[in-house]
Amino acid sequence: MTVPPRRRVALGAALVATLMAAGCGGSGSDDGTITLDLGLFGTFGFEEAGLYDEYMELHPEIRIEEESVERSADYYRALQTRLAAGSGLADIQGIEIGFVADVAANHADAFVDFAARDNADEVLGHYYDWKVEGATTSDGRVVGLGTDAGPEAMCFRRDLFEQAGLPTDREQLAQLWSTWDGYLELGRQYDASPTKPEGSAFLDSPASVFSAAVYQGQTAYDDEDGNPIPESSDGVATAWQHASAAAGEGMTANLIQFGDEWNSAFANGAFATISCPAWMLGYITGQAGDEGEGVWDVAPLPGGAGNWGGSWLGVTESSEHQEEAIALVEWLTAPEQQVRMFTEEAHFPSSQQAAEDPAVATATSDYFSGAPVGQIFGESAAALRFTPIGPYDTQIQEAFTNALSTVAEGTSPDDAFQAALDEIDQVVGG
Amino acid sequence: MTIASDDPRVAAAAAPPPAPPPGPPVRRRRRLTRNRWGYAYVAPFFVLFACFSLYPFLYTAWISLHEVRLSDIDGAEFVGLGNYSALLQNEFFWNAARNTLTIGVLSTVPQLAMALGLAHLLNYKLRGRTFYRVAMLMPYATSIAAATLVFAQLFGHDYGLINTLLEAVGFDRVDWESGTWTSQFAISVIVIWRWTGYNALIYLAAMQAIPGDLYEAATLDGASRWQQFLHVTIPALKPTILFTIVVSTIGAVQLFGEPLLFSGNGMTSGGVSNQYQTLGLLMYDQGWTNFHLGQAAATAWAMFLIILVVVGGYALLARRRARAER
Repeated sequence: MTVPPRRRVALGAALVATLMAAGCGGSGSDDGTITLDLGLFGTFGFEEAGLYDEYMELHPEIRIEEESVERSADYYRALQTRLAAGSGLADIQGIEIGFVADVAANHADAFVDFAARDNADEVLGHYYDWKVEGATTSDGRVVGLGTDAGPEAMCFRRDLFEQAGLPTDREQLAQLWSTWDGYLELGRQYDASPTKPEGSAFLDSPASVFSAAVYQGQTAYDDEDGNPIPESSDGVATAWQHASAAAGEGMTANLIQFGDEWNSAFANGAFATISCPAWMLGYITGQAGDEGEGVWDVAPLPGGAGNWGGSWLGVTESSEHQEEAIALVEWLTAPEQQVRMFTEEAHFPSSQQAAEDPAVATATSDYFSGAPVGQIFGESAAALRFTPIGPYDTQIQEAFTNALSTVAEGTSPDDAFQAALDEIDQVVGG
Repeated sequence: MTIASDDPRVAAAAAPPPAPPPGPPVRRRRRLTRNRWGYAYVAPFFVLFACFSLYPFLYTAWISLHEVRLSDIDGAEFVGLGNYSALLQNEFFWNAARNTLTIGVLSTVPQLAMALGLAHLLNYKLRGRTFYRVAMLMPYATSIAAATLVFAQLFGHDYGLINTLLEAVGFDRVDWESGTWTSQFAISVIVIWRWTGYNALIYLAAMQAIPGDLYEAATLDGASRWQQFLHVTIPALKPTILFTIVVSTIGAVQLFGEPLLFSGNGMTSGGVSNQYQTLGLLMYDQGWTNFHLGQAAATAWAMFLIILVVVGGYALLARRRARAER
């Protein structure tokens, strides 16, 4: 085929034009419907709980499209890039506790301020105070509305406790491990027991103690202004003391949380306890499978209340359908919907009103030996105070938990602590 | 070849044309316009190259001179060569450089030696030769992610197949992931598994270009197969071997996917005590976990310079040897 040169140019230009048009497709709405995009991570579970379908039925003019990234770290990288570039943001973006401080400190302008709206008292009033404070900037803006929370408890294996000759009654255990010292004492008994299953450890990893205990201090990783203070924080000091004791005495299976071996260990009974935020119950159910039913149980967390995880939904200033997006976020995070997210997806509410609803407060879990999970997690959530958070908490926590793994391998706690501080300096310092 | 279709003289010139005589500027311009289709046809490559290689390359250099975080990209502060001097004093950089070197040696040397041996075997007339040759390329066609995930499970401490086998024959379980040497060995195994076949095929192609009469002459002189391999095959393969060494070295310096996925939970620190953090992973850690873009860019440029120096060193060595042989 011979095509004259001039025609070839035309063909080329047409091709380029087509490609460009395909690349820059907008959310055209020919039939008057409005499409709202949600950029999320992990399993928010709205779709699974049928909330999108219900909302679209209530509002026929709205179409909801969700784009979800599995790991929140990957999601955060993409979100940061888009915030830096100032384009590509969805109408509604999920914000996790690991980076809400960064969003509040550096990108508050990119999100709608829920505190400045007329109905602020109504939409913010039903939350636990600590949940709203987490998404509040230093000048009082609120960058998102809370979805779930991660009040913590201690999950334990009844069968392993029984074999090792430890009590299995959750109220008795709550007494015995009202402090972390009590918990470690039980761990020593477990380790010394001649009848415990061979190769099983008392807890999964030192991170289980550290990540839970660190938020029980007055401060965790940051001071009031969100500046990292890993060396002087009382939360870090206490958490390190307990976790390095557990690691150094060989009480842990020293697994890396969320690694392959850790996942397999749930089903294989490699450890007897793990500190578990409310969302971890679903994770355990998934990993341990049907055989784990009635084997696991839940008791309150040693050392008082704690929180691990939780998210917010923010509406971007760049959204073309801001009012509609705000209405959707308000609906998704309203107490009634948070109750449903708990009953259907086991996401614990960050709304106090929802948590006190009988459907939540009196809930028990068959899988976890009939434990009163609604009451245990509800009491933990009610007792929480707001601990200052900062933009580097995720990285700082990983530095400490990595260092604790080396303690379990034989490094001295002091050397490991110094190694963690060096690593943190890489994140925080210049 | 009808690149400049409307000019018969150029179209006919299949052989490279003699150097153009220095003509007046008018002539040169005419030549440019006459060859415009040639430029048009090569333009897509160079436009893409400029957008996706040259621009990022230069922009990375520019970023590396700044103290900049991803959350506050407009607040970049010019620090000159500060990131580079910080890098040289950074123990994490030297640790990563050491790891990259040891993993590089552990993976490249056995890989190329095995590839050479395999190529030699495949060069014989074997039944089902094509099958073996295709089979050798299979690991190369497998995605790094899939391969690494499978290997990470094989090397698992409690439930990994390798430890189960070790235990079955009476050895202790090895904690592959947490030890320095063991983890680097395991990662090298993944690299070796993936690249040996690829290099073997390159060697095989080069071997088939060696004239058969060289071997006949060697046989007449009473050389054994091993002697033929040493004194005919290897010398003839020298340029190919150099090529594979250069390519493997570049790959080794840039090693990233295997150490990233080996941990199994996506941590970018390369193990709890950075025992298998390579330069590529350190760069990612700095840029996308710690969000220090300036530091990460400086590390990227340091990697580039390391590759330039090493490959330059090879070239120099090869040229000196070639000159000595002449």
